[in-house]
Order: sequence, then C-alpha cells, then structure tokens
Amino acid sequence: MKTRCEIMRTIQKYDFALYDLMLYLDTHTQCREALALFEKYRSQREKAVKEYNQRFGSLQADQNQNPEQWEWGKGPYPWEREAN
Amino acid sequence: MWIYDKKLQYPVNIKNPNPRMAQIIISQIGGADGELGASLRYLNQRYAMPTDEIKGLLTDIGTEELAHLEMVSAIVYQLTRNMKPEDLKKYGFDSYFVDHTAGIYPSSSSGVPFTAAYFQSKGDAFADLTEDMAAEQKARATYDNILRLADDPDVIDPIRYLRQREIVHFQRFGEAMRMVQDRMDSRNFYACNPSFDKNCGDSCPSRHCRFKES
Repeated sequence: MKTRCEIMRTIQKYDFALYDLMLYLDTHTQCREALALFEKYRSQREKAVKEYNQRFGSLQADQNQNPEQWEWGKGPYPWEREAN
Repeated sequence: MWIYDKKLQYPVNIKNPNPRMAQIIISQIGGADGELGASLRYLNQRYAMPTDEIKGLLTDIGTEELAHLEMVSAIVYQLTRNMKPEDLKKYGFDSYFVDHTAGIYPSSSSGVPFTAAYFQSKGDAFADLTEDMAAEQKARATYDNILRLADDPDVIDPIRYLRQREIVHFQRFGEAMRMVQDRMDSRNFYACNPSFDKNCGDSCPSRHCRFKES
C-alpha cells in the first residue's frame, strides 16, 4: 500500500506533465501527440487523486467526503515538511 | 477565479534550517525578478493581449508563477524553522527578524519591499511580450546566482526545478511573440499596436494575418 507521500508524489508528477503540456498546447493548439498525452495523463491523475481523497482527505475543498465533519482545514499544509 | 490546490507544484523538504540562505532566497519572493512580480506582470498584461491563445498563455503562466511563489515561500519558511536568538546574529538574519520575526514578507534579499514598479503593463503586445521574455531570463539568472551560493542538496533540488521552468516559460513567450508577428505586416511589425488599433494587421498579405478572424 502506497504511503501518503508516495501518492502525493505520483499526483505531482502527473500534474507537472499536464501543466507543461498545457503551456505547450497553448501555443501548439493542433498538436495531436500532445493532445493524446494530455488525455492519457489526465485520466491517470484522476485515479491517483481519487485514492488520495479516500485515504488522506481533500486536495480541493469540494473533495470533502466525510458527512460528519468538514476536514478541509486539516494540516499538514503544503509548505510544511510533513506534507512533503 | 482561482481554486486552491493543497499541495506544492514540486516538493520542498529541507532538513537543516539556514537563515542566511533564507535571506538570499527571499529575493525570489519579493525581489525585482521574483515570482510575485512575475505572476502580477502576466496576470495584469493578459487583458490587452490581441489573441485568445496568448490571453490563455499569460493566464496559465501567471498562475504557475503563483505556485512558484508558494514553493519559494516554503523554502524560506523551512530554512527559518526553530531559530534560536543566538542564530539570528550568527546567520545575519537579525535585520529581517526585527521587522518580520519569522514571518514571510515579500522583499528582496537586501530588504527592499516588493513594489509594482518592478513590472510594466504597457498595453502593447510586442512591448509586453518582450518584457516577459527578459523577465524569464532575469529570473533564470537569479536562480543561477542562488545555485552558486547554495550548498544544501535539499535547497538545490527545488531551486533547479524553478530555474528550469523559467527556460520553458521563455520558450513559450517566444512562441507567443511569433504568433503576433505572423499576424502583422512583415514589412513593419510596428506600424500599429495590435492590442489597441482597430484593423491592425489588415495590410498583411496573408489571410491568416487578420486578428478579427482569430
């Protein structure tokens, strides 16, 4: 079973690939290779985020899954060592 | 609008605090070529961009700069953890400490507070995109200087990542500049301001030139 840190790293890798592809696509709007890569990483990222949400909580406020308590404010925060 | 994503764009995990290094790196928060200035530059300039693609590019790069601001802040935050009073003088952090304690404040390494005078929003696509390309190079040079002063691998790793992003952004801005040029009359790119003048680019011989068709 992956640790919190490992899943976070996986999400960061997909996010990085997607962000870099996004900037590339902004100036190469018809590049099919980049469009296909974007789609591939987008769906892989979705799975990793879902696993993170279920086991460790929200990355965005609308991902709260606990009907008993609002957990969005819980740390550690991204700039703290424990989150990395 | 923006939505907060509760994670860093690239991990920052620094084992050994070093207030002296923090005071050097803080320039990339609030200095002349820092991430805050970069973000505000692009997010303000985007309104005057002549094509949808370039409005999008400035929005996306301006947004990424905010993620970089958070990363540099995380570096400074972690480098100033658990400081003892005797460390403050020893590491030359006393002059920052007296005003901000261990809080994060956008200033340069020499203590000059952040100012919007560090960037322009000229309302002219060529002028603004040329500034943007220069800004990425100046930020890259600042990261090079930080790498000359840093010896901790935990600091060097995220700084290298940030340096590399400057080069990617420089490349994208160069492409944006080319996209504007391609829609102008190549005999004189500067005959009119595509961000302001109506029918600018209409004298371009190719039908691709016309901004109104974009």
